[in-house]
Amino acid sequence: MTPSLRTENLTIRFGGHAAVNDVSCAFRPGELTVIVGPNGAGKTTWFNLVSGQLKPTEGRIFKGENDITGLSPSARAKAGIGRAFQLTNLFPKLSVLENVRLVVQARAGQGPRIFTRASSMTDIRDKAYGFVEATRLASVAHLPAAALPHGDQRKLEVALLAAMEPDIFMFDEPTAGMSVDEAPAILELIAEIKKDTSKTVLLVEHKMDVVRALADRIVVLHNGELVADGRPGEVMALPIVREIYLGVGAEEVA
Amino acid sequence: MSLLVNTSRRVPVGRLVVYGVVLVVGLCLMFAPFLFPDVRAQEVAARICVFIVLVASYDLLIGYTGIVSFAHTMFFGLGAYGTAIALRTMGPGFDAILLGGSLGVLAALVLAVLIGLLSLRVKAIFFAMITLAAASVMMVLASQLSEFTGGEDGMTYTIPRFFSPANTLVEDADGKALRIFGVALNGRLALYYFVFLSSLFLFLAMLRIVASPLGTVLEAIRENEMRAEAIGYRVVSYRTAIFCIAAVIAALAGILRAVWLRYTGPDVTLSFDIMLDVLLMVVIGGMGTMMGAVIGVVIMTLAQFYLKDLMEAGASATADMPLLPDMLNPDRWLLWLGIVFILLVYFFPAGIAGTLMGKGGHK
Repeated sequence: MTPSLRTENLTIRFGGHAAVNDVSCAFRPGELTVIVGPNGAGKTTWFNLVSGQLKPTEGRIFKGENDITGLSPSARAKAGIGRAFQLTNLFPKLSVLENVRLVVQARAGQGPRIFTRASSMTDIRDKAYGFVEATRLASVAHLPAAALPHGDQRKLEVALLAAMEPDIFMFDEPTAGMSVDEAPAILELIAEIKKDTSKTVLLVEHKMDVVRALADRIVVLHNGELVADGRPGEVMALPIVREIYLGVGAEEVA
Repeated sequence: MSLLVNTSRRVPVGRLVVYGVVLVVGLCLMFAPFLFPDVRAQEVAARICVFIVLVASYDLLIGYTGIVSFAHTMFFGLGAYGTAIALRTMGPGFDAILLGGSLGVLAALVLAVLIGLLSLRVKAIFFAMITLAAASVMMVLASQLSEFTGGEDGMTYTIPRFFSPANTLVEDADGKALRIFGVALNGRLALYYFVFLSSLFLFLAMLRIVASPLGTVLEAIRENEMRAEAIGYRVVSYRTAIFCIAAVIAALAGILRAVWLRYTGPDVTLSFDIMLDVLLMVVIGGMGTMMGAVIGVVIMTLAQFYLKDLMEAGASATADMPLLPDMLNPDRWLLWLGIVFILLVYFFPAGIAGTLMGKGGHK
């Protein structure tokens, strides 16, 4: 089976420092992979390379059969790579519904119809509202994103990704900074996405209970390199992973 | 939850005030020839109409999309010069306005595409510098190519006879122009309504644009360019598109200005003084509101035309008092204008319409 996403010798250097170093890795539909590693391991940088915010120094990225290394972030979004961000990254003055509507509208791709009232395009609006409800944000749908508490902003971040309806879902610490009672809503949503076997899910996550509950596979990054890759039980048992997580060699971590 | 109560109670009132004021301004402009029949008031009304279009089109850039451009009067000038040159060379006819105006608009569009594609990728500050350079080049060209443009002096020309005061639209029994409420139905009136209705049409078109899906994308680009790109919008294309739309609208406003004034020169179209006025009008009115354009233009234009008169009256009324007549000397009108600006910016940090409508007031 062709992998849905593949990186080949992916490398990016900032000056002499290789933040991601020669990472080759392939992902299949219907599989949820959790990417773990200490701070500075290159997880977010690797995400940025895949979603196009950064251009690699070396290496290539494939979506299915297609080489997408040269594509812009917007072209990759259109190609089905969806990304949620670790630091909340919304349209602060626009309302929750407008935030989501923008995504649905981008996907609908009707071109810029400049004399149609956006509010009259009810199909797009209703679809957007569906994602707002699914992320339990209906009660704040008309507040500007900036007025939401942190937990709701994280939910909106996930709503934007869900509304992209991508083939590849990339979550960057979706529950970071969320309270204990808020996190399950997000995790349920991810579990829901995982049920669809045509989707590939990548998840950067630190919380071990989340990893255990969701992961089909774990990839470990350390100092920009891929050091382990396999089933959760196997990977967590590896000496190098224990070393990283027990803090041995932590002084090397930038 | 105090925030909720607060916004739901305060914002609609502010909105109503803004829409009310804009409606009153619109009605005043619609009936300006009848309400304010003197010649100077006509000038002011026509100038307000044209500048609302110019300033609103600039708001599409700076307010909605976050593009800082100093080339907006360049596009305005292209429309005006195109019309003026055609009227001078082809003689006073509607064909000249149509052809010259179209060429001016086309030139504005081509230049906007070029500037947009070549430079909207760079950072905002560099883009602003590039537009500044383009605008400077255009000013030098306008003053150097004096055979075509009349140089620094600009050029005067005649406009179609249909718009001249001697043209009677409806004759009365004596063969003179019929008067309604003492206002002659002549070509001058037709010209005012040509300017007013064209401006109204362009302004309404811009209202539709900002309410369209494109409008939301523009705001998204202003709010978070990187995320807009990440959810699938080609930011450069959208920026270029709105830059072109704004340029075309500015050029159309230029046509109106050229026809109304029967004179086109650097000082009334291309100059950086006008660019600065436009910028101030947007800021005072409120960026990203459209309604702000109306309010900013009205306040600035009225101040520019009538503050001196007001001070003259104030000075003579206080002639017997110490110091006050000096302070109110009409020569010091710029000082008072400055004070008015500072107060406005202090009390309305997001512009008048912006603050009243609760946009950007709390962040």
